[in-house]
Amino acid sequence: MVKESRRPIHPWPLRVMHWLNAVAIVMMIGSGWQIYNASPLFGFTFPLLITIGGWLGAGIAWHLAFLWLLVANGLAYLLWGWLSGHFRRKLWPISITAVPSELWAALRFKLPHQRGRYNAVQRLLYAGVIVAGIVVVVSGLAIWKPVQLWFFTDLLGGYVVARYVHFFAMAAIVGFLVIHVLLVALVPKTLPPMIFGGRAEGAEQ
Amino acid sequence: MKRLDLNRRRLLGRALALGAVTALPACNYEDPAHPDLADRFLHAMSSWNDRMQAALFSRHTLAPTFSAAQITRPPRFNAFYDISQAPVVDPATYQLELSGQIQETAPWSLAQLRALQQESQITRLICVEGWRVIGQWSGVPLGDFLKRIGADTTCKYVSFQCADGYYSSIDMASALHPQTILALDFLGAPLTPAFGAPLRLRIPTKLGFKNPKSVMSMSVGNVYTGGYWEDQGYNWFSGS
Repeated sequence: MVKESRRPIHPWPLRVMHWLNAVAIVMMIGSGWQIYNASPLFGFTFPLLITIGGWLGAGIAWHLAFLWLLVANGLAYLLWGWLSGHFRRKLWPISITAVPSELWAALRFKLPHQRGRYNAVQRLLYAGVIVAGIVVVVSGLAIWKPVQLWFFTDLLGGYVVARYVHFFAMAAIVGFLVIHVLLVALVPKTLPPMIFGGRAEGAEQ
Repeated sequence: MKRLDLNRRRLLGRALALGAVTALPACNYEDPAHPDLADRFLHAMSSWNDRMQAALFSRHTLAPTFSAAQITRPPRFNAFYDISQAPVVDPATYQLELSGQIQETAPWSLAQLRALQQESQITRLICVEGWRVIGQWSGVPLGDFLKRIGADTTCKYVSFQCADGYYSSIDMASALHPQTILALDFLGAPLTPAFGAPLRLRIPTKLGFKNPKSVMSMSVGNVYTGGYWEDQGYNWFSGS
């Protein structure tokens, strides 16, 4: 137990990958909105102020530049999360039945925050955003390389459908980000451990 | 360079983008002649992407083909100018000029090109903007033509110059791909000015802007010649 409590809430590889991902995801979303605007799928475009690049050519250039950071960092995260037991320890099991009651408690600010331990809603959200991240990359590759990586394009129902899949996966990630950033704003003590590591409960006595 | 505009709306917008990143000076290829740090970073990454795409490219992977019923009608015009400004080239006097690392550089008339083995395809053209159309093109496979004229196919680039001032260039591996053709016909009839008369490159393994229209001359060589959009920041390889 003592050994367990010495463990930081967020070990350093996780913190490095978290912030690299933060940079990559913001760049990908901002430049992706710029690209979307060139041929909108729906009856709206993103305001130029919240896009990155200023015009299509630069938007694509940023998108295809940060693609590599997103993918390399994402693969490192998946590998580390699996090998280190992080996923098993932190995200497993995901109790779907506990989600409604815990969500209701959270919305009334009745769900206590436990340092270093995720509740059912958090587990579902974190697992969900990992899935959305995988879908956004696969659908992005399906759009970028529908000839050479045709199997991804076929898997998603063709080029046209893949564009919609890519859009909705982005929307899911943006939805997660809104909740994620909002929760950090509501419970600010969760922020320093993601920078400095923090210490799990029990180690502080 | 844009002037510094510190009004509240603009700052709010930038905060929304979580983006000190968006405030990077001229991170948008504004002035290709004077690249700043961000431009140089993007350029380096674009070159990296050229190499990655060349490595991913396979001559044996074919672009998907479609049925006649799937052809987009009416076809979609697209250029950097209005349809009324599409260049009109006289097919009777047209000659495709050849230069560079080619043994037989005599120009080719349309009749001579039509006498060669023709290839027809119904393929998808994907625009860099994201939309796609399906069309039917036929013409001379570029790989056959390059061999016919004695082009040095160990060269890196095949470059095209057009009647409207457009220009582009492609890698030799893509030029030799079986679906890369010098198209003469579109939808079963000779190309019209809006769609690249009298001859255009049709390369379904690359994005639409890599399919130059109204090609007047072609050259083969090892000197990078870029392209109209490529020189403004679009990725050069732009493979599909």
